[in-house]
Amino acid sequence: MAEADGGCGVSLLPEEVKKDFPLLQRTVRGGRPLIYLDSGATSQKPLQVLDAERAFYERHNAAVHRGAHLLAEEATDAFEGARAKIAAFVGAVPGEIVFTKNATESVNLVAYAMSNAATAGPEAARFAVGPGDEIVVTEMEHHANLVPWQELCRRTGATLRWFGLTDDGRLDLDDLDSLVNERTRLVALTHQSNVLGTVPPVELIAARARAVGALVLLDAAQSVPHQPVDVTALGADFLVFSGHKMLGPTGIGVLWGRRELLEAMPPFITGGSMIEVVRMEGSTFLPPPQRFEAGSPSTAQAVGLGAACDYLSALGMDRVHAHEESLTGYALERLTEIPGVRIIGPGTVEARGGAVSFTVADIHPHDVGQVLDELGVEVRVGHHCAWPICRRFGIPATTRASFYVHNTLADVDALAEGVRQAQKFFGTA
Amino acid sequence: MQLEAMYQEVILDHYRNPLHKGLREPFEGEAHHVNPTCGDEITLRVHLDGADQDATVADVSYDSMGCSISQASASVMADLVIGKSVKEAMAVGDAFLALMQTRGREADLDEDVLEDAVAFAGVSKYPARIKCALLAWMAWKDATARALGEAT
Repeated sequence: MAEADGGCGVSLLPEEVKKDFPLLQRTVRGGRPLIYLDSGATSQKPLQVLDAERAFYERHNAAVHRGAHLLAEEATDAFEGARAKIAAFVGAVPGEIVFTKNATESVNLVAYAMSNAATAGPEAARFAVGPGDEIVVTEMEHHANLVPWQELCRRTGATLRWFGLTDDGRLDLDDLDSLVNERTRLVALTHQSNVLGTVPPVELIAARARAVGALVLLDAAQSVPHQPVDVTALGADFLVFSGHKMLGPTGIGVLWGRRELLEAMPPFITGGSMIEVVRMEGSTFLPPPQRFEAGSPSTAQAVGLGAACDYLSALGMDRVHAHEESLTGYALERLTEIPGVRIIGPGTVEARGGAVSFTVADIHPHDVGQVLDELGVEVRVGHHCAWPICRRFGIPATTRASFYVHNTLADVDALAEGVRQAQKFFGTA
Repeated sequence: MQLEAMYQEVILDHYRNPLHKGLREPFEGEAHHVNPTCGDEITLRVHLDGADQDATVADVSYDSMGCSISQASASVMADLVIGKSVKEAMAVGDAFLALMQTRGREADLDEDVLEDAVAFAGVSKYPARIKCALLAWMAWKDATARALGEAT
């Protein structure tokens, strides 16, 4: 690890960081060292996270928020302690952090709360949408922040509209004022594109949304793991992210929402743990966040995510961001010098994260990925759950490298060398 | 590199110069299949001469987009089934499916049945690519079923 002062005076030391990740020590495909460039899909886990989960099961495991025994107290403390750590990590208060399964479920929670609002009483009426109302998304959304809104519109008769993209993979904001208007009820957009790497000007869009009385939901699945995020500074009403993309376990995600909104929202999933009083004739519900956490929660996973926040905080999110920016800049440089390579997304590191998508002339991304895999370089190929981006750029798919705390400049060199090998193998260069 | 085991010269040849490609008339059945994990697509038409299982596969035409494995597989498949009876062609399809399910284990390859398709044996070692190799075959089965009126 780097110096654990959380500051940004010392740059991050990826070779030291890498020692914390047992999986990154293994070899692949005939003894080659593993070069993992797919953290955008899911991140690997440091020992500190694995140890925290294991310690929870070995020492404190019990059902949380019920039972009067010692273990139940300890398990509840660990679970709520994790909530507090995660809240602090994004500048929120614990009561505004709702645990879900993943970012996808977090988006669905809001979309279904809006559906359910029509029949949930006067307090929830402000969330109801119907014919004449509009939901605004962007053409660069992950399916997780697109399909739930398409479905909400289909169920309610509301209209879905979207921001288009410029040729260099930025949001086209020319029609911001007409697209986000007095009919707009919610703007849902990514805080960092998982394909293009683009970081849209969220504050600008949120200001326009606020001016017309629309809510703003940010898909932060690719931003919270990679840059310092303060929910109070963005102008958003909701923000979602997943644990597994930020060194934490799978099966744990987060919805942050402004307290007064969460308090007025009807539940999405109902059952045990979220009720206040239950009678055969009907039930009342707990305040948030418990109202939105029906059933036994992913307890050890929440504890693991708390440990991941500790780990990232010790590295310092400013340093994490600076490290990835240098890798991204180097990757853009190394890839664009290869004839036939086309970057899909911004060509500079300005307002851009560490997901670098590209095409290689006359070689399908699956075939590029196969050659890279043979060399131990693990990237993602396909449409990356954001199919409309491929349609926008007229390509079937892309190859994507994504970087994290353990990646080095040598990893980028291996990527560029692998692309050249693919060209050699398929006889296109 | 192990790559040569997957990308046999036969596969690369079919990829670079695909046989029977392009959509043609007449046809009795058409199917559009996609691989939702990677976005590969194929639209495939079947023209039969005759009825039921004894009908002859008179033509298979297709328009497709995808990786070398999926494109080569469509070419090899079309070339294999054209001229055979539906029954014979289905048997070849079953043999190819069985080959893909070997996961790279040694298998008794019947080169008389599979012909150029034996080149895909190496693909069966890579679970992520088996779907690529099967895309055209599945579209062909579907289009044939439609041509025979077994599906709507």
